[in-house]
Amino acid sequence: MNSLNVIVCIKQVPDPQQLSKITLDPIRKTIRREDVPAVINPLDKHALEEGLRIRDEYGGRVTVVSMGPPQAELACREALAMGADEAILLCDRAFAGADTLSTSYSLSLAIKRIEGFNMILCGNETVDGSTGQVPPQLADFLNIPHVTRARRIEFTKEKTARVERSIEYGYMVVEVTLPAIIAVTKEINVPRIPTVSGILEAHQREVKVWAPKDIEAEEERIGLAGSPTQVVDIFSPEIGRKGEILRGEPEEVAKLLVQRLHELGVI
Amino acid sequence: MDFSFTPEQEMLRKTAREFAEKEIAPKVNKMDETGKVPMDLVKRMGELGFGGLLIPKEYGGTGVGHLARIMILEEIGRVSAAMANTLQIHHLGESPIIYFGTDEQKKRWLPSMASGKKIGALALTEPVGGSDVMGIQTVAKKEGEAYVINGRKCFITNSHISDVCGVIAKTGEKELTCFIVEKDTPGFTPGREEDKFGLRGCNTGEIVLENCKVPAENMIGKPGDGLKIALSCIGNVGRPGVGAAALGIVHRCLEEAVKYANQRTLYGKPIADIQAIQWLIADIYMDYEVSRWTAYYAAWLRDKGVRCDAENSLAKFWSTDSAVRCAQKLIDIFGAYGVLKEYVPQRLLRDAWPLVSAAGTLEIMKIVMVRDVLRKYA
Repeated sequence: MNSLNVIVCIKQVPDPQQLSKITLDPIRKTIRREDVPAVINPLDKHALEEGLRIRDEYGGRVTVVSMGPPQAELACREALAMGADEAILLCDRAFAGADTLSTSYSLSLAIKRIEGFNMILCGNETVDGSTGQVPPQLADFLNIPHVTRARRIEFTKEKTARVERSIEYGYMVVEVTLPAIIAVTKEINVPRIPTVSGILEAHQREVKVWAPKDIEAEEERIGLAGSPTQVVDIFSPEIGRKGEILRGEPEEVAKLLVQRLHELGVI
Repeated sequence: MDFSFTPEQEMLRKTAREFAEKEIAPKVNKMDETGKVPMDLVKRMGELGFGGLLIPKEYGGTGVGHLARIMILEEIGRVSAAMANTLQIHHLGESPIIYFGTDEQKKRWLPSMASGKKIGALALTEPVGGSDVMGIQTVAKKEGEAYVINGRKCFITNSHISDVCGVIAKTGEKELTCFIVEKDTPGFTPGREEDKFGLRGCNTGEIVLENCKVPAENMIGKPGDGLKIALSCIGNVGRPGVGAAALGIVHRCLEEAVKYANQRTLYGKPIADIQAIQWLIADIYMDYEVSRWTAYYAAWLRDKGVRCDAENSLAKFWSTDSAVRCAQKLIDIFGAYGVLKEYVPQRLLRDAWPLVSAAGTLEIMKIVMVRDVLRKYA
């Protein structure tokens, strides 16, 4: 197998180990992220590790692409510290408020500017949105195949990846022609810990920051403006128990039960 | 006054925490049970670059400095003070070479110590006492182009795992000299290994020197420099390192206290709502904040090249004393669970206590501080 140039999409998210500290902003309908440390989305870290493993074995290059506010630069630096060769951050107010479609559109434009890539790796989903929609949407924008829930990637012949895909109670094996997008699960590897020298070098290197004009993005297709889905409400559901006892003969109780369920809108 | 850390320091701290939580934490109970040093973890610390934090880049290290070192040791100590102390003694073993060695000596030993391929130690203390440095009885006699060393060192951390050991010996009536002795040098033998009640997984033991012949080029500095080298290295590297391991314990005590107090309920509410528990947590918080800022300040001074014997001693005094005190309070918060081996508070107390007298007793710390105070405030 020849060397492979891998693009890894990463997102900075609230640290899932400190999710209990997150509060909700009911007016802006967003998560208040200020008090919670941010990390690379855990599955994206697995994707990055897989990219680094592939590069270490076959040669090539790992380019990390992310979209986020200015503090997302830290996630890019951490990726460089782990060993990525290059990091690109799409960062501009115009990108803010993007749903998955708008995010995928923006990422696809950035990726089209990177020449000679053989595969794109992503985490299967993020811990904050948990939609899992970006990898397939990105594949559609780039007109390349995609495989989700990858737990193992091998290269048995040129330009072909053999992927084990987790399914309930087992896995399926698919072959996909490169270039392709592969979204990974945590079973795929154990992400490396950056070394001290990796961290120091990462802070000497440039994280490229691209604005909408750098990727020739259409204004109406990025950020909130380009998002067909909007968050209308965000809340923590109250979990309470209300007990109600229906008494009577079984037939009578059964009718009452159906009536109550109708009234509650359950059926 | 800017109290923030650089992005590199923050990332180093995060990395150390990740390593400690993912790789050290699963092995802590076994270390505590067996008392054996997990050499795979020692090797991993070398691979990650933790061994070369104080070694300049030209000798294979990263030279990140004392403040970054303290932060990394704190994060490791938060999970295992035994591993933190093992690492910091390795730094202590490097320090005579870093700060007093010739270029040739640095090239000879530092690259392999930076990568963790060779582990360091410093052998000073003897059965006659550690506080009385001039009272040591190990002797080095010049014979031709070599020195022959005879004596016994005790309570030496990394005694049985070190490859490169600094040995302080008498070369004259009131003359101490520092030699580097490599493992497997004939006449250099680890002796009895101590079975401590805490800090288990960090090796402490004897080193026996019996007609141990070392070449003259293994001398660091010149004859008579030994006292200066020992006090400087212990004062600027060993002492802050012990303090940082203890700081990690105090940090852990605070986290465990808050977590437990929020979960445990009594009288229908979390015990965090009970004032008596809040006072204990406030005490631990105060000790943590004082310990960390005195430690960071002393390290900051050191990175600036400012002499900071008193500040180092204050930081070490406070954090080691606090570690015992805070672990006791944590046990109080946990109630009966606090004394069960299944729960962490008892291990934190057992790990804290050996650190109190390491690199100088509390009383010696006061002497060092007062020496400075009497001069500064005269």
